[in-house]
Amino acid sequence: MEEISGEDLLACNQCGKCSAGVRRGGDGHAPQPGHPHGPTGDDGGPAESDDLDLRLLCLTCVTRCPKGVDLPRLMEALREISLRAGASEINLDQLPPDLVRELPQLAIVGGFRKYIK
Amino acid sequence: MKIPYYPGCTLSTKAKGYDRSGRAVAAALGMDLVELPDWQCCGATFPLATDNSMALIAPTRVLYQAEQAGEQVAALCAICYHVLKRTQTALERDPAMRERINWFTEQEYGGRVRVVHLLELLRDHLGWDELARRVVRPLTGLRAAPYYGCLLLRPYDEIGLDNPEAPTVLHDLIRALGAEPMDFPYSLECCGSYLTVKDPAVSETLSRDIVASARAAGAQALVTACPLCQFNLDWPQRETAFGRTGDEIPVLYFTQLMAVALGLPEEDWGVEEMYTDPRPLLRKWAGGDG
Repeated sequence: MEEISGEDLLACNQCGKCSAGVRRGGDGHAPQPGHPHGPTGDDGGPAESDDLDLRLLCLTCVTRCPKGVDLPRLMEALREISLRAGASEINLDQLPPDLVRELPQLAIVGGFRKYIK
Repeated sequence: MKIPYYPGCTLSTKAKGYDRSGRAVAAALGMDLVELPDWQCCGATFPLATDNSMALIAPTRVLYQAEQAGEQVAALCAICYHVLKRTQTALERDPAMRERINWFTEQEYGGRVRVVHLLELLRDHLGWDELARRVVRPLTGLRAAPYYGCLLLRPYDEIGLDNPEAPTVLHDLIRALGAEPMDFPYSLECCGSYLTVKDPAVSETLSRDIVASARAAGAQALVTACPLCQFNLDWPQRETAFGRTGDEIPVLYFTQLMAVALGLPEEDWGVEEMYTDPRPLLRKWAGGDG
């Protein structure tokens, strides 16, 4: 994770300012880099959680971190590890056809680059 | 003043109204947005993995194209602006990476071009007082909620357009046009962004909350600078088989609001393809039937 993200996980002192800024669409906890339950799983790999999918990249956390930890880069590293292991996060067949017809081009390009390898 | 302009893919297709109104208001204010002669997609995402330099190639090509055209390049799309500005910053700070990309693209990007958003040009070159003087149809009484979203402002260290937690640029613009900027709690909250292609139900929920928050604050319209925010906020308000709820509010690009205030004809507003038609509201300030 540190290699891909270029970030220092141990710089996090768990102050929680990043979590407090999280706007999430699902259930579950908000991530903190140094928290024992996140963002990595017990084996050091990506946590088995939908949380990763629902990180919105709003970048509020990076604005608020007093230690200069770039949490979006850490989350991106987890996403990259998952994608490089063969996962694909978009199921095109499940998208409503009327939505697919109307989606802005940048949503398609950006979403595919972000969620599919 | 001629300014090289990068429209990006969405402003050439889905968000043509943003492009049209943007060019029209810039021209009305003496700024001629000249489209880059040969441009390509910026990639729509800025790579956050340090070992993913491939994703920097597309935006660097755009910056190279822009550098051939002048010292600065203007964008309207907040996401294009975000990607290009961060790439500009990243390659300024990492000359070795710039050399690496140049080696691959076989184009010599020199790192001299500056990426600007039209909002910056309005604020820093024209000025709000001058814009207010150019207004011929003041939007007096219009309650407009500025919706900043995320990528226009953050991360400040690399973008630097405005305060990332308490921005004022859209507020000031709305005020210069004679309208009333309405503060609301979700002004800076994420609409879901690309999540709309992965989990549309989630992004729709997030977006509905934003619209509801603006409506509760008394806003008659939302004002944004991002075509993905515009879509995410407007799409859930579309007419469905159940009709409309009746409490929709239009989601406007700031350039569309400007077009009305500057007295431009209705074809320059670029509002035809929106899910919530803003014309019934805007015509009140355009005079007669517009």
